Amino acid sequence: MPVNETLSTYSDWCYGAATLIYVFAMIGYAIEQAFTRTAKKSEVAVLVGAGGPEVDTPDGGPAYGRVEAGAGRSRAERAGRVAVALTALGVALHLGSLVLRGVATQRAPWGNMYEYGMATMLVAVIGWLVLMRKFDVRRMGVFVLTPVVILMFLGGTVLYTEAAPVQPALQSYWLVVHVSAAIISSGLLLIPGVFSLLYLAKVRHDADQSRFARLGPKLPDADTLDRLAYRTTIFAFPIYTFGIICGAIWAEAAWGRFWGWDPKETVAFVAWVVYAGYLHSRATAGWRGSRAAVINSVAFAVVVFNLFFINLVVSGLHSYAGG
Amino acid sequence: MTRLRRLSAFLRNTWRGLTSMRTALILLFLLAIAALPGALLPQRSLNPPRTADYIARHGWWGELLDRLQFFDIYASVWFSAIYLMLFISLVGCLLPRMVEYARSFRARPVLTPRNLSRMPHHVTGETATDPDEVVAKAGARLKGWRTEVREEADGSRTISAERGYLRELGNLVFHFAMLGMIVALAVGKLYNYEGQVIVVANGSQFCNSGTASFDSFRPGLRVDGTDLNPFCLRVNELDVDYLDNGQADQFTVKMEHQAGEDLDNGTWRPYDLRVNHPLRIVGDRVYLLGHGYAPTFTVTFPNGEQRTQTLQWRTVDDLTLLSQGALKFDPPGITDSAERRQKQIAITGLFAPTAIYDGTLLSSSHPELRDPAVAVDVLRGDLGLESGSGQSIFDIDQALVDSGRLNRVARENLTVGEELTLDDGTRVRFDGVDRWGYLQVSHDPSQVWVLVFSIAMFLGLGLSLVVKRRRFWVRATPSGDGFTVVTVGGLARTDQAGYGEEFSRTASTLFTLLSPRRSP
Ligand code: HEM
Repeated sequence: MPVNETLSTYSDWCYGAATLIYVFAMIGYAIEQAFTRTAKKSEVAVLVGAGGPEVDTPDGGPAYGRVEAGAGRSRAERAGRVAVALTALGVALHLGSLVLRGVATQRAPWGNMYEYGMATMLVAVIGWLVLMRKFDVRRMGVFVLTPVVILMFLGGTVLYTEAAPVQPALQSYWLVVHVSAAIISSGLLLIPGVFSLLYLAKVRHDADQSRFARLGPKLPDADTLDRLAYRTTIFAFPIYTFGIICGAIWAEAAWGRFWGWDPKETVAFVAWVVYAGYLHSRATAGWRGSRAAVINSVAFAVVVFNLFFINLVVSGLHSYAGG
Repeated sequence: MTRLRRLSAFLRNTWRGLTSMRTALILLFLLAIAALPGALLPQRSLNPPRTADYIARHGWWGELLDRLQFFDIYASVWFSAIYLMLFISLVGCLLPRMVEYARSFRARPVLTPRNLSRMPHHVTGETATDPDEVVAKAGARLKGWRTEVREEADGSRTISAERGYLRELGNLVFHFAMLGMIVALAVGKLYNYEGQVIVVANGSQFCNSGTASFDSFRPGLRVDGTDLNPFCLRVNELDVDYLDNGQADQFTVKMEHQAGEDLDNGTWRPYDLRVNHPLRIVGDRVYLLGHGYAPTFTVTFPNGEQRTQTLQWRTVDDLTLLSQGALKFDPPGITDSAERRQKQIAITGLFAPTAIYDGTLLSSSHPELRDPAVAVDVLRGDLGLESGSGQSIFDIDQALVDSGRLNRVARENLTVGEELTLDDGTRVRFDGVDRWGYLQVSHDPSQVWVLVFSIAMFLGLGLSLVVKRRRFWVRATPSGDGFTVVTVGGLARTDQAGYGEEFSRTASTLFTLLSPRRSP
């Protein structure tokens, strides 16, 4: 099937533009982060509903009502709002780039490393936009967008692949199912990876104010960071599990066995086990908190290792790297 | 006596240690860490030549790793040991806990705690609704919760509610499915087999009758190759569609198969085997793993007799399918073996599906059959076929050439239909070419169970992560002046994450159902 060159060129332009706009958004978040004095104390939420009583949350914990900001927006806050708008614009271009690739090649646009990375980052950013609506964490944007921008840049340069049809082993609806599950889960897992690291910084800071002295006060409280990481992980983990199962089903049809310890399979298994360890550590006294956060960060490191190192350095049956 | 007691204490402690949840998790981590080098070091089961090469290049270090089974990790003693210990530990850890889980799955909601304001979530309000009605309204609001209404000594009415019991069920299902999967995987390791065979796609047949029918065969631990599922294949045609750039787009093997009764009455059923679409037959699967070319030559001997052979040549360049191989002919009608050994004929050389020449040097520019040609050497003399030692089907024995017992008598490029003539009148004709397919037959009786358990694991995992076990209590206490003090408390039994929102919603709708306190 021929590739539509014009559309694939437009796709490349969109990709570049999206990356650039993410850079600007990142700067916006960074400004907000830098000029915000301290973290807002979570205010008492007022229940919506006629004549409802005030609900206090004695553990100082979750205040889920939409908390309105005080009057008069600071300059920092305006930078943050611009950053969100830019992020949304970036997502639109990013999505455009992915869709154009798909139309240009007449197949699911995740048949090689470049496309895979592009789609994964798109999920990460969309996940971030959703998260911002649910939690008051906008100022953390710079920590999410920085890895996104780095990976987008690497993807667009080192991994870039011309639009082309895929080889027979990849022509299967399992490509759509298995790979999209892998994309969605690894994209989303970027967020807990980042937030677990921030959590570790925050906990260190809480224990000793001189550590992470500049960053610490600006982070949301440790509990919020922890909960955010956990909730995103338990959302993404079953998708990851589903992806591995679909991969095994596909491998049975394509390669003659459902599991063969191909390097990619092996590392996916390792990451899965580490995430399982994270979930258990959250349910084990004495392991909550820092240890769990370390495990979660390690787990994400394994996912990234699988995406880059295994695909690029170790050759296996997974034939993305060659394009 | 004391020794016996000490031994039993030791065994008991070992068992306890081995079956604690922490040990199981550590073993699981250990399994993951043990699996990891397999992603970085070449593995014999996946790529034998690269493994050999790696060992050769790394000297004593490679040999040490080899002795420690680092190139056969997933079949190694230590990997299997971790696997086995994990299994034992899992059984020991899960069974008692699962009894507990099952009990808690059926449990009634617990008593309302004395002091609800100590709960992580709580609200207090006053209403003109009387306690009985408060409890009735709360009960109606708490649809989908397991509830228990109780009366306390001071006249308070309480309702305890709990929901999210499915979480326990999910957890049970997940962990047991994991256990089942480990067993199914082990059964697979015992009873599976995998055999590879090259079949020329010109109507050649293959029957799954024993290990000898294969070019290579890898049995599971309890398989000796005598009891394979009987079926036969007839490979008629292998089509490959190419893109303009020479990339293969689709492979199709047009074949026929027979199994069961068909074997007796000779019925053949057609099947198109493709990548991603294996043939599933009597519990086995047949895959196409690779393909290549098999040239056909006819030798016409001086006495007029003809011999025709078609044989697979091996691919030397994956992109252009330039192939290399050898055909070996015995001269007909010669009974004296010494004489025969002077007149045997071998044809060796290169085959190009799309020929290009550099001078007379043949190579290939495209994998498709556009302009097939061969560059052959014809040798005459002793092929060493009687020597009893096995020979590669792709090569002649170079030692015989070096010792002068096998001599080159012609070298020429031929296209289809062309022939060359030797000094004794023997003619060698290049007739054409067929394709061969590299087929794999796989058998794994437990893989469907692995699938069933993995789906159960997925569903169980989903349930246990999505469903939150949480409690909700209402206490309605008459305040003495005709009003009712209503206290509502909530507790998430598992992770707190996300209960606050729901608690607030439930509590506030409950309060809107109650009449507000009239001003006195
Ligand atoms: C291999 C992957 C495993 C996964 C993905 C997994 C998953 C889970 C999940 C999601 C939970 C609920 C955790 C929570 O309360 O938030 C859980 C609980 C539990 N798991 Fe596993 N598990 C695994 C292996 C094991 C192993 C090896 C054991 C060992 C005995 C085990 C024993 C338990 C027990 C006893 C609980 C209940 C813990 C509690 O709620 O306090 N699991 N598991």
